Amino acid sequence: MTAQQDIRADTWAVAGRSFTSRLIVGTGKYKSFEENAAAVEASGAEIVTVAVRRVNIADPNQPRLTDFIDPKKVTYLPNTAGCFTAEEAIRTLRLAREAGGWNLVKLEVLGEARTLYPDMRETLRATEVLVKEGFEPMVYCVDDPIAAKQLEEAGAVAIMPLGAPIGSGLGIQNRVTIRLIVEGANVPVLVDAGVGTASDAAQAMELGCDGVLMNTAIAEAKDPVLMARAMKAAVEAGRLAYLAGRMQKRRYADPSSPLAGLI
Amino acid sequence: MTVATSLSIRVNGEQRQVPGGISIAEMLGELGLDERKVAVERNLAIVPRSTLGQVRVEDGDAFEIVHFVGGG
Repeated sequence: MTAQQDIRADTWAVAGRSFTSRLIVGTGKYKSFEENAAAVEASGAEIVTVAVRRVNIADPNQPRLTDFIDPKKVTYLPNTAGCFTAEEAIRTLRLAREAGGWNLVKLEVLGEARTLYPDMRETLRATEVLVKEGFEPMVYCVDDPIAAKQLEEAGAVAIMPLGAPIGSGLGIQNRVTIRLIVEGANVPVLVDAGVGTASDAAQAMELGCDGVLMNTAIAEAKDPVLMARAMKAAVEAGRLAYLAGRMQKRRYADPSSPLAGLI
Repeated sequence: MTVATSLSIRVNGEQRQVPGGISIAEMLGELGLDERKVAVERNLAIVPRSTLGQVRVEDGDAFEIVHFVGGG
């Protein structure tokens, strides 16, 4: 891509579907459905993550997410948040596939509540089963290049390492390992979790990630809609900087104005 | 087939009584749910949406009825 080309020409694909936006946003923790929908709109995201939960049979007429964010316009990516075993995650995604009618899903199998770190043994096992059943799982994982490779070999359609614990907003704490995963992967790599503010998202993209997935950084901002705009700009800026190729760092100063012709 | 007895089932962990002989689609209707917007699991097995009108509710069935909600 040259500077003349529009960033809209720079698409990425997962499981055979092509997307322009490299920002995936969650739909949790918002004050209202209206605010959530406005933030999704401002973010420019074409994919949103959603959770699968029991309907409230005591009050079946409660407003629903689908009334505010149209699954025909935005791709719903069902997740397995809250699942701590492969079996729970697989069961959840079988229901998600029936509810939504598509195979593209986000797998996360958590190891413990305190850190929400993924349990990679269960994650890999669930990936293998899901792929056999025809799912196309994008997989939340640790920032381990070997584990990432194993997930890819098992059929993960995207590798999604954490940059910091879910909901922590600590920023990308593992730039070296994220870069190693990006360099070794043949499927898209997205930082999933850890982003706190716009510069974190730009940093993830500068490392060569194909995209960034975030929820809390937008939902818990004082103005979520404004932060969604900031994240859109940051992801685009980081992507362009990665494509442009940054300058080499120097240990000392190097003047920008010519020394010749000094009076 | 006419079955006068009512069936004792569990829906999302709650005990419910439904008339005998009804289909899962009819049960969803009784619960006020739109079958196009939910997914149904019956005794741990997915019930494909296309068959909701044919599958009969049996006494002792355990259902999970889910939908998409906000999440990260």
